[in-house]
Amino acid sequence: MSILVDRSTRVICQGITGKAGAFHTRQCIEYGTNFVGGVTPGKGGTKSEHGLPVFDTVHEAVEKTGANCSLIFVPASAAAAAAMEAADAGIALVVLITEGIPTLDMVKARKFLDDKGTRLIGPNCPGIITPGQAKIGIMPGYIHKPPAAGTKNVGIISRSGTLTYEAVWQTTQKGFAQSTCVGIGGDPVKGLNFIELLDLFEKDAETHAILMIGEIGGTDEEAAAAHVRQHVRKPVVAFIAGRTAPPGRRMGHAGAIISGGEGTADSKIAALRAAGIAVSESPATLGETVAGALR
Amino acid sequence: MKIHEYQARALLAAAGLPVPASAVIDRADQAAAAFRQVSAPRVVVKAQVHAGGRGKAGYVVLVNSADEAARHAERMFREPMVSRQTGPQGVQVRKILLAPAVEIEKEFYVGCVVDRARRTPVMMASAEGGVEIEEVAARNPAAIRKAWFHPHLGLQRFQAAALAAGIGLHGEQAKAAADMMLKLAKLMIEKDCSLVEINPLVRTRAGEMLAIDAKFNFDDNALFRHPDVQALFDPHEENPAELRAKEHNLSYIALDGNIGCLVNGAGLAMSTMDIIKLHGGEPANFLDVGGSVTPEGAVEAFRIILADTRVKGVLVNIFGGIAKCDVIADALIKAAREIGFRVPVVVRLEGTNVEIARKMLKEADIPQLKPAADLTDAAKLVCAAV
Repeated sequence: MSILVDRSTRVICQGITGKAGAFHTRQCIEYGTNFVGGVTPGKGGTKSEHGLPVFDTVHEAVEKTGANCSLIFVPASAAAAAAMEAADAGIALVVLITEGIPTLDMVKARKFLDDKGTRLIGPNCPGIITPGQAKIGIMPGYIHKPPAAGTKNVGIISRSGTLTYEAVWQTTQKGFAQSTCVGIGGDPVKGLNFIELLDLFEKDAETHAILMIGEIGGTDEEAAAAHVRQHVRKPVVAFIAGRTAPPGRRMGHAGAIISGGEGTADSKIAALRAAGIAVSESPATLGETVAGALR
Repeated sequence: MKIHEYQARALLAAAGLPVPASAVIDRADQAAAAFRQVSAPRVVVKAQVHAGGRGKAGYVVLVNSADEAARHAERMFREPMVSRQTGPQGVQVRKILLAPAVEIEKEFYVGCVVDRARRTPVMMASAEGGVEIEEVAARNPAAIRKAWFHPHLGLQRFQAAALAAGIGLHGEQAKAAADMMLKLAKLMIEKDCSLVEINPLVRTRAGEMLAIDAKFNFDDNALFRHPDVQALFDPHEENPAELRAKEHNLSYIALDGNIGCLVNGAGLAMSTMDIIKLHGGEPANFLDVGGSVTPEGAVEAFRIILADTRVKGVLVNIFGGIAKCDVIADALIKAAREIGFRVPVVVRLEGTNVEIARKMLKEADIPQLKPAADLTDAAKLVCAAV
C-alpha cells in the first residue's frame, strides 16, 4: 500500500513539450510511472518525444486517456490557471511543481480546486513518489527504497525539496524503505498540508512511521503537532529548518519567513515536542531519529 | 518588495483614501519651500528609509518653522540614520517627507494580509493604533478584529462596518473608516500586496478620519504584472550583494558570521546554517543556488560569498537531484581557477553523479578544498577551519 499514488495512477504532464516537462516526464517514465499523455495548447494531435499523445486541453486528455493525475510544469504566470483547468477536467490529484506563483493566484486556484474536490500537491515542490511504483515529480528516484517483505517503511511529508532527498537518503542508508514521500512545497498558500497527509499515513497499513520536515514561517507545524497528539498513533518524528534564520527575511521559499513573531523554528519545535514527537536536532540525524522512534 | 512611506501615501491617495497633502524633497535646500507648501502651523519631517526606529533615532521630528525644517533636513541628509534595525553603519537618507502635523485625538490600526492558515485575505482592525500590530497581537489578541474575505468578492461593506463598530467607531466616523477599509482591501487585491497597513489611522480633534502612515509589501512573484509597482523599487535599500545574487537567479541573504554557505535548495540551505551553528560556528550567509544551477551560476555564487571579507571558510553542501554533483564539481574547479580560494572550502556532495564528481575534485587537486565524508563531518571540518 501507499498513499495517493501507485502504479495504477494514470498521469499526464501539462507542459510536456517544454524543456522541464519533457525532461522530467522521461525521468518519471524510466522510473516506471504510468504516464498516459500530455497537454500543450496548440500542439494537440502530435506525439511527445516520449511517444505519448499530446492534447490541446486537459478535458480532451482525460477523455481519451482516462488520466486521473496531472504533473504541471507550466510557467508561474499561467500555472494556477493550469491547475484549475486540470480540476475542471476531473483530475483527482494535481501535482504543481512550478515555483514563483503569485500568492493571490493560489488563493483563487485553491478555492476552485476545493469546489471540484481535486487534491493539490504543491506548488513550489518536488512532487510525490511511491517508491517502486510511481514517481510524479522531480526527485531523484534511485535514492528511494521500495517497501518489501519485512522492511520498516517511513512516510515522509516535507516543505523542502533537497531536504526531503536528504531524509530519504538517510532513511535508506539506515535500511528503511519509504511508503510514500510527499513534497508539500515552500509556498504560503498550498494544497495538501501536514494534517491531511498525517491522516492518510496513519491509515496506510504499510507505513510504520511518519517523518515531517517543516521550516520557519506560518503555523502549520504547530497545528500538525496538536493533530498528532489527538489522532495519530504511529511514531512521528520531525525536523524544522531555519533555527538560525533572521526574522523578517524570506529564506528562499516564499513561505519561509518569520513575521510578526510568528513562524519561528523554536515555537514549532516546542509544539512538536509537547505532542511527544521526536525532533531531530541536526539535519544529519534524520535517519537516526527515525530509527530511534521505530526501535 | 517594500516601498517608502511617501510612495505608500501616494498609492493610498490615488485610491481615494484621505491622506493629508505632503511634500517630498531630496535636497536640504528644498526644505523651506516644502514647509511653506505643506502650509500647516506644525510640520512633521520624516526621513524616508525602510528601516524602523526612525523616531528614536531622531529622524522623525516636529518643526514649527521653515528654518527648523531646513536644519533638520540638512542633518538627516548628512548623517546616516543608525537604529536597532540598521546596524552600526546606518543608512543614508535620500528622501525626506514633510507632512502637516495633525491634532490627533485617537489612533487606530487597519491592515490586510493573506491569512496562511485560512488561505484567504483577512482585514484586521484595532483600536490600539500607533504601535506595531505584532505587539498588540502578543499582548491583547482580542483587541484585533478580523474579517476574512474572498479575493474576487472582496471585503463586503457589512464586514467593514462591523470592523469599524468593533473598534468603537460610530456614525460618520465609522462610515469613513469602513470606506477606507473597503478601498484598502481593493488595493491589496489589485496590486498583489502581501501586506497593506494604515497605522495609525487617526481621528483628529476636529473629528476627521485620516491615514497618517502606511506600509505596503508586495508579492515579489506577482511583480511581473505590475510595472507601476516595479517602478517604485529603490535599489539603495537593498544589500548590493543580495541584488547581484538576484540578477544571477541565486537566493542570497547576508548574515553576520564567518562561514560562507553554498547549498542547493532553500530548506537544505537553512539546515546548513543550522548545523554550522549546532557545531559552534556562525553562518555568513544563506545561499540557495537553486535546482537548475549552471556552472556559471555556481562560480558567481563563489564570487559573492568570497567578496565578503569576513568569510574565513566556506561550506559547500549539495544534494544532487536535478542539479547534478558533477556540475557542481566542475563549478568548484572553475571557481578555484578563476577566483582562487583564499579560505578553506569544505565540500560535502551526495546524490546524482557523486562518484564522478568526487573523482573530478580529486584529480583537480585544489589544496584549499577539503572533502567531507558526510554532513556532520562537513560542519565539524568547516567550524574547525575558521
